[in-house]
Amino acid sequence: MPVNFMPTGTDYLRILPEIIMTVAGTLIMLIEGWLGDDKKRNLAWLTFIAFAAALVAAVMANASPGSSFSNMLIVDGFATFFRVLVIAVGILSLLSAVQYLKQEHAESAEYYALLLFSVTGQCIMATANELIMIFIGLEISSIATYILAGYLRDDKRNNEAALKYFLLGSFATAFLLYGIAWIYGTTGSTNLAVIRNVLLSGGSDRNMILAGTAAALMFVGFAFKVSAAPFQIWAPDVYQGAPAPVTLFMSAGPKAVAFAVFLRVFMTAFAPITNRWEPLVWSSALLTMIIGNFAALMQTNIKRLLAYSSIAHAGYVMVAIAAHNQIGVAAAMFYLAAYALMNIGAFAVVTHFSRQGEKFVNIEDLAGLGWKQPVTAGLFAIFLLSLIGVPLTGGFFGKFYIFKAALDANLVWLAILGLLNSAVAAYYYLRVLVVMYMNEPGEATLSIQPVGAGIGTTLWVAAVGTLLLGIFPGLLLNFANNSSALVK
Amino acid sequence: MTLLNAVIFLPLLGFLIVMALPKEHHNAIRMFSLIASLAIFVVSLGVIGPVWSAAPGKFALETNQSWIQSPAINYHTGLDGISLWLVMLSTLLTPLCVLVSWKSIDKHIKQFYAFLLLLEFGLLGVFCALDFFLFFVFWEVSLVPMYFLIGIWGHERRIYAAVKFFVYTMAGSMLMLVAMIYLYIQAGTFDYSKILAGLQSGAISLSPTEQLWLFLGFFIAFAIKVPLFPLHTWLPDAHVEAPTAGSVMLASVMLKMGTYGLLRFSVPLFPNAARECAGWIVTLAIIGIVYGALVAMVQPNMKKLVAYSSVSHLGFVVLGIFSFTQQGFDGAVYQMLAHGVSTGALFLLVGFLYDRRHSLEISSYGGVATPAPWLSTAFMITMLASIGLPMLSNFIGEYLVLQGSSLVYFRWAVFAALGAILAACYMLWLYQRVFFGKASEDLTHHMPDLNFREHAIIIPLIVLMAWMGTYTQSFLPPISASNAVLLGPIDARREIHVRATPPSLTAPRLTAQPELALESKNAR
Repeated sequence: MPVNFMPTGTDYLRILPEIIMTVAGTLIMLIEGWLGDDKKRNLAWLTFIAFAAALVAAVMANASPGSSFSNMLIVDGFATFFRVLVIAVGILSLLSAVQYLKQEHAESAEYYALLLFSVTGQCIMATANELIMIFIGLEISSIATYILAGYLRDDKRNNEAALKYFLLGSFATAFLLYGIAWIYGTTGSTNLAVIRNVLLSGGSDRNMILAGTAAALMFVGFAFKVSAAPFQIWAPDVYQGAPAPVTLFMSAGPKAVAFAVFLRVFMTAFAPITNRWEPLVWSSALLTMIIGNFAALMQTNIKRLLAYSSIAHAGYVMVAIAAHNQIGVAAAMFYLAAYALMNIGAFAVVTHFSRQGEKFVNIEDLAGLGWKQPVTAGLFAIFLLSLIGVPLTGGFFGKFYIFKAALDANLVWLAILGLLNSAVAAYYYLRVLVVMYMNEPGEATLSIQPVGAGIGTTLWVAAVGTLLLGIFPGLLLNFANNSSALVK
Repeated sequence: MTLLNAVIFLPLLGFLIVMALPKEHHNAIRMFSLIASLAIFVVSLGVIGPVWSAAPGKFALETNQSWIQSPAINYHTGLDGISLWLVMLSTLLTPLCVLVSWKSIDKHIKQFYAFLLLLEFGLLGVFCALDFFLFFVFWEVSLVPMYFLIGIWGHERRIYAAVKFFVYTMAGSMLMLVAMIYLYIQAGTFDYSKILAGLQSGAISLSPTEQLWLFLGFFIAFAIKVPLFPLHTWLPDAHVEAPTAGSVMLASVMLKMGTYGLLRFSVPLFPNAARECAGWIVTLAIIGIVYGALVAMVQPNMKKLVAYSSVSHLGFVVLGIFSFTQQGFDGAVYQMLAHGVSTGALFLLVGFLYDRRHSLEISSYGGVATPAPWLSTAFMITMLASIGLPMLSNFIGEYLVLQGSSLVYFRWAVFAALGAILAACYMLWLYQRVFFGKASEDLTHHMPDLNFREHAIIIPLIVLMAWMGTYTQSFLPPISASNAVLLGPIDARREIHVRATPPSLTAPRLTAQPELALESKNAR
């Protein structure tokens, strides 16, 4: 059969979001030369428009699902879900960055361009149906994020964060690439569906061992990206060192989409050898939850605390992957959306509170915030309660659904230990609440400025989203359930 | 939209309105909270009739609406004789708590009343929920306002107490969540009535091991809340550190969430496991009764004394439930209400004393009866009710529990009765040290008698104690009817799961000689 390699109109529609964001990012870099320093802020609007257009395009593309470019990309509900999620994360992190960049005197166009490129990479990852595309998307997203992490180049902590992130990230990507090479050698393809079929048709024991090793190597790469144990070491340092709005972005977007790829690869290509990787994911999930939660108990820096909490939450999502069933996929999707919202909210508060040079990032600094700025603190309380997993918040329902998936898959012990872990987690989140509401205001709180428009919007959007997901989870859950069948 | 839903959601509405009020208008906030909570109480009076006239075993004022499609979660609420009075207790105590905080809460007033109303919302929901998921939601939601009430408006060690309270309950409820989800996977529904019917008809079958683990999952969550010895250690801390209103709501209503859960869920759903575990649970309950009383006796702090007396009183409730008899069940529910009224009143009175002297130490009082005779009288009646004096509320509950447990196993009743005797010791001694003797000059100065507001708070409760103690017919019939239905399949006298019963003691004879049968079971 003759193969037509010419892309059609539908093909372009299916990657329209990526096109829009790439063009906008490139334009921003070009325009920058002509703009005076005081005008660069306006580029934020252009970025915002590009994101909004990409969001619309992603939703439109969902109307004509299918694969494009010789099966390299696939647009399905799952891809759309994560595309919309990462673009939304992009918008919210843009909103909370504007004021921060102004106060740090660092309003250059690169920030916006890098943000756009990073989200573009993530969108490619979300739609990738093939290992090389996954790798390309991952690199686009990661390299942009490495630079963002070290964005304030005169700041020592930024430099440390960027370097650490870059070195360890490259190391992990090498593992991923090595895994891709192995699986290509074993099955002769990098296409997920083809790999699946080859593995399904069985083969010699040796081939299965090779495939299992490839899965393990790729697991290392993904586990690094989602900060799952034992590859989580980088996360606290990088989260603490990077500029607060970048941490906000890193902890939500790249993480969510890394999970998306993780799910897609392991639930399609490696589904035939589930019994080989399930114990790996199982133990990693447990370890991640325990390390994240127990290490968070001892933190005094709020960014570091949220970094460990983000490790712990990665552990919960790993539980959903360990369940390796369709409910698990839907649960992971729902949880990642809820997590993105509540975590963005929490980091937006940190961004707002830390002030110039990130002077106030200790938990103790938040003392009395509840009485000084009741609205900000109230919204922060909603995010913290959601992170704890108190009902009527998205965090609770996500957790509920994940552990339901685990019990469906008969992982009773993992569910029990995971939920007990979240009781431990309550302790350190409560500490923040205690400081905010039960201590007298200190220097940091008394000198606080009103919340800016950008961060204010982010906070409200995140809070309303968190509550909506908690009270009417059906809004998102039905979509997640309908698009959780990854094997076509 | 039934009346019941209005009762559940009005406090939430009140919470939102209070949050929207400007924080400087202290009196407006107080007045609004008072009027709102009184209005909720008045509205809630309307639910008594329908429950009273409902057929036994049926829930009155049911609402069953789909909330989340997949997994199937319904907003299913309803009332029966067991939950009815607990709902009434919550709506009655909330306005009293608003009143008692009128003067004593002087900072962050808006948030205080807002949280009080949110707490009422959570508590009402817990008692009305007939869907496990919904129950869990309310169960956890009630935790948050209480955490803030203790942590923000409490005494010196309030933060420690608040966090301990939260984490303890959270740990227990996580186990309950696992059990709930497991049950859902087996049954395909979260609906309480459906699961109960399915388990009783055999449509849902669980192996004995599954039953045992599920029972324990629920049991630990409830036992922490009750609290059952040795899981009670959060309680004295929480009580001592909480503001008066917090202590009242905690002791009178929140602890009942645990016993209510045992009675509503643990026992009827997993009767076999409950029967198997009854031996050691009752032992723990009796240890709690005696231990709580003994520890209460040596407390130098009034609130701590009352807190430990709660451990003791709640032990009776657990004993009643795990006797699997009609009297035991009725007594348990009655004791829940009586304890709610009398201990609530005790905490209020201790709060009155604290407002005057700013001390909870017994040693800083003495001779209060001289300057404050009305306060002393109110305290005496309440204290006597708490001891279990006939004609007052607690007597009925304790008597029924003792009767129920003696039907099953006489020694249980004997040990438990010890607790009732000890109650007289610590309460009378407390009364003697605080109210009798010669009042110091300093104390007389700072000890005005009850004012109008305080009279308004305490009189309704005293009337209720006397009423509950003298005319049980106003309260007991719906309780008994609902209990009878719950108990039907699991009555102690109908042997269903005693493996060690010798063949000679077959079922028909058991009905005639219940004591014998269970003795043989316990001898195992």
